Parts: sequence; structure tokens; C-alpha cells
Amino acid sequence: MARFLPGDSVTVRWTFPPGHIRTPYYIRGKSGEITQVLDAFANPEELAFGRDGLPKQPLYRVRFAQNRVWPDYSGMVGDTIDVELYEHWLEPEDA
Amino acid sequence: MTDAGRMHHDMGGRDAGRVSQAPHSHPDWEKRVDALMMLLSNNKRRLIKVDELRRGIEELGAERYSKMTYYERWTASITHNLLEKGIITSDELGRKMAEVEQAAWAQRGDG
Repeated sequence: MARFLPGDSVTVRWTFPPGHIRTPYYIRGKSGEITQVLDAFANPEELAFGRDGLPKQPLYRVRFAQNRVWPDYSGMVGDTIDVELYEHWLEPEDA
Repeated sequence: MTDAGRMHHDMGGRDAGRVSQAPHSHPDWEKRVDALMMLLSNNKRRLIKVDELRRGIEELGAERYSKMTYYERWTASITHNLLEKGIITSDELGRKMAEVEQAAWAQRGDG
């Protein structure tokens, strides 16, 4: 059961655990909007260590404004970047 | 932004310089490593998952990661994963490596 829905504002958790992490460094701590609930998949952070990765984690496509991701962004104001992120990396914005 | 906690391979947003887009060929050994990974991970065997391959590459450390080529990293990670799971032993691998090396020297001697 997905915790977030398209249109929800979320913040990526600002955390730096060791291990095999699929959440890019540059997007941690940033806020964006869910555009799509993709499906649920075995957790790669667990699969990487030979475990089964269950329960499956919902994966979301999240859209971020480029000028909120990069402080010195010099492209167009409306530019966005989509990042696919697992649910346990997301919190409601302002949480 | 501080880079504390950032792992070496997680490079998104860093200066990369110019990226060469020139076509390049793969030597045979690289194709064999690729095939080996496909065979180890296929549904029939399921001995290594791609996530485990990636984890092994990420654990090489910054210095080795930077010095090794793409398929050298694969080779190191596949080896480590197979050792960890007990699918091969260091002793078996060492003996096989010595055998291959000896054969290569013998061949060079003949030529």
C-alpha cells in the first residue's frame, strides 16, 4: 500500500547511511512532488547483501525544480528533474 | 554543500570534464566477464544479483574504483561475491590462476 499519491509534496530524508544506497547524494534533503507511483519492488539495499529485500517497497517518480536542487542552477526557471525513489527515503514535506 | 557521507561512486552533480563519445571496442575478456555475470545471475542459477554486483563495486574504495576500468571492477566484485557465498574458494582460485599463468608463459615460450 503506497503511503503517497501523485501531487503529494515530499522531502527526501537527509541521511547518509553506509551500504548500497540508490538515493543519489545530490537529492537528499530536497523537496519535490510525487508524479507517479511506479510499483513495489524488493528493497535493493537488502538485495545487495544477499537478503530477499521483502517486504517490497513502493517506488515513486518524484519531480524536483532544478533551481531547488542546484543552488547555482543557471538553466530555465521551469526546468525539472525526475528521480525514482523508494518510499522509506521519503517524508511528507514540512514533516 | 558538504560532501561528508558521500560515497565515491555517487558522482551526480560533480564536475566530470569532457565525456568522450568516441566509439570504442571491447577486448574479448571484457565480453567474457559480461557473459559470466549474465550466467551467474540468470533465473536458472541466481547466484549473484545485480545489487550485489553494484555493492561489491562500491566497496572497492575510492582509490581502486578510480584506477580500475569498468570490467575490472566487475571482475573484482564478482570474485568477492563468489568467495563470500562459498561458491569458490581462494585456494581453488589461486591454483587456477597459477595454472592459467603457467600456460600463458609456456605459450609465449613456444612463440
